[in-house]
Amino acid sequence: MSPKTLYDKIWDAHVAHEAEDGTSLLYIDRHLVHEVTSPQAFEGLRMAGRKVHAPEKTIAVPDHNVPTTLDRAKGIENEESRIQVEALDKNAKEFGVHYYPVDDVRQGIVHIVGPEQGWTLPGMTVVCGDSHTATHGAFGALAHGIGTSEVEHVLATQTLIQKKSKNMKVEITGKLKPGVTAKDITLAVIGETGTAGGTGYVIEYCGEAIRDLSMEGRMTVCNMAIEGGARAGLIAPDETTFEYVKGRPHAPKGAQWEAALSWWKTLYTDEGAHFDKVVTLKGEEIEPVVTWGTSPEDVLPITGVVPNPEDFSGGKVEAARRSIEYMGLTPGQKLTDIEIDTVFIGSCTNGRIEDLRAVADVVKGKKIKDGMRAMIVPGSGLVRAQAEEEGLAEIFESAGFEWRLAGCSMCLAMNPDQLAPEERCAATSNRNFEGRQGYKGRTHLVSPAMAAAAALTGKLTDVRELM
Amino acid sequence: MEKFTKIQGIAAPMPLVNIDTDMIIPKVFLKSIQRTGFGKNLFDEMRYNRDGTEIEDFVLNKPQYRSAEILIAGDNFGCGSSREHAPWAIADFGIKCIVSTSFADIFFNNSFKNGILPIVLPQEQVDVLMKDAEKGANARMTVDLEAQEITTSDGEVISFDVDAFKKHCLLNGLDDIGLTMEKADSIKSFEDKAAQERPWV
Repeated sequence: MSPKTLYDKIWDAHVAHEAEDGTSLLYIDRHLVHEVTSPQAFEGLRMAGRKVHAPEKTIAVPDHNVPTTLDRAKGIENEESRIQVEALDKNAKEFGVHYYPVDDVRQGIVHIVGPEQGWTLPGMTVVCGDSHTATHGAFGALAHGIGTSEVEHVLATQTLIQKKSKNMKVEITGKLKPGVTAKDITLAVIGETGTAGGTGYVIEYCGEAIRDLSMEGRMTVCNMAIEGGARAGLIAPDETTFEYVKGRPHAPKGAQWEAALSWWKTLYTDEGAHFDKVVTLKGEEIEPVVTWGTSPEDVLPITGVVPNPEDFSGGKVEAARRSIEYMGLTPGQKLTDIEIDTVFIGSCTNGRIEDLRAVADVVKGKKIKDGMRAMIVPGSGLVRAQAEEEGLAEIFESAGFEWRLAGCSMCLAMNPDQLAPEERCAATSNRNFEGRQGYKGRTHLVSPAMAAAAALTGKLTDVRELM
Repeated sequence: MEKFTKIQGIAAPMPLVNIDTDMIIPKVFLKSIQRTGFGKNLFDEMRYNRDGTEIEDFVLNKPQYRSAEILIAGDNFGCGSSREHAPWAIADFGIKCIVSTSFADIFFNNSFKNGILPIVLPQEQVDVLMKDAEKGANARMTVDLEAQEITTSDGEVISFDVDAFKKHCLLNGLDDIGLTMEKADSIKSFEDKAAQERPWV
């Protein structure tokens, strides 16, 4: 038998039907649902008199619209947001899917809740009407975002019409230097490949620096596979994965655990398997990075300067000019001279416990800069509870951070957490697009440690100088 | 779904690369629970001032492009989120075909589900179409899905590739779910087999 990649193996295990031209029905093991991309899909089912095919494999949680302020029990003020969350409440009940309502301690960002509750397991296919579904690839699960028509298709049939992507390997060799994190890896990769570099591919991340990462770090890396254009990102499961999964509420137990484990241990890329594209970065050469523009590919080491649009070629010249103007920067300006108004720590990219620990390490016993707006939004109610138990919340509050309830918050600013025009933010989220965090808002993507450093100094800062 | 067979219409040039889904339809408009009505907010932040007045030099506000049905765009069109509101807004505006050197994967799939034909062409050919589109309203292009050909206003013919299954669905306006449900037996037998092999799922 010819050697297979990890992606090949998971794909092959889930093809329910294949047409002559390769168009396949891929069976979906877990379907995650949130309030923004699902109402039209449920309505479609209702109109056609269809049921949810496998409600026991469907998990819903509101996250994008929920307020993160401590008074959220009083309800959602914005009428449209409230209607959207109420629609999810109603649809979850009517169609009988698993549901974590706003007032459940397990509520949080869908991509944090899935792994936390043990819904996400190695070798699975996982989809959600959300591009950051790529996160779940950290478990060696084939996970990707889908549109609302496809959400309806999965609800109705538990399958997705797909053609297989190509295989791409991203290897990070060696060890990371102190102050360099999973976020820096994933941004550095996008800086290298560009935001369209992964288009048509499923990426497998491998190499020593990836193996050394915790599950939290691996989720951060895979989360942004979509920002590199890939359909999905994958990391082969290993002891770190099994350790994380074991004992979670929906993870297999007893004999089933043993059976699952023996299959999971076969989920790796065979020696000699073919990759259509290979990118290799040296872990020790990656520095703490920051984005300067309005595309996640606009990545530079924090030691760099704002580029000149003329440094680029083709359509990127005009795009860079537009970005620099939008961001209110000057070519040649040192990145560490850029002053920050706001710090946002959270999101499905960096809203897990390890991210919060990294922030606490930097800010412990210190104060954020006077006048700085700084908020920490945990990825789930359980992350929040754990941070409180570990004493992190106290560190954040005495440093001057707002300590919020769980949700997507200012990552995409659908709830009231938004930037004002020209307000400049160091954010641990995943997109620096124009208007992403609020109309005319300016976003610099960074790691949690770098965001913490910026909160203390009021500027983009090399966290290594504070260590 | 509406059928796509052949259109002859005005093409609007948008040479900017990495046009993302937040540009196509900003998140403030994602709160609707409907599929329709997004067209007026297509490219909202590029198209309107904060007071709701139009930004004159935005391409779709120019008189010659207000009824464009084709978009010729820069590389990596539709990158970003999975929001189907992006193709909903594009279709609602009246655009039925987008040409670029590449599209983001999810946006590409979403387009086909909404009667929009995304066409990938090499840079040189996109350049030819971009030039043609820049001529304005007198330059009407023809996109023929059956023949897989674009004809410029000068009569130059450019062929394009399209996935055979997606083409079939678009030409006939077919509903994916209905097609898949015809394969219910395959799905059932897959489920029975998977329940044996991976009972923990």
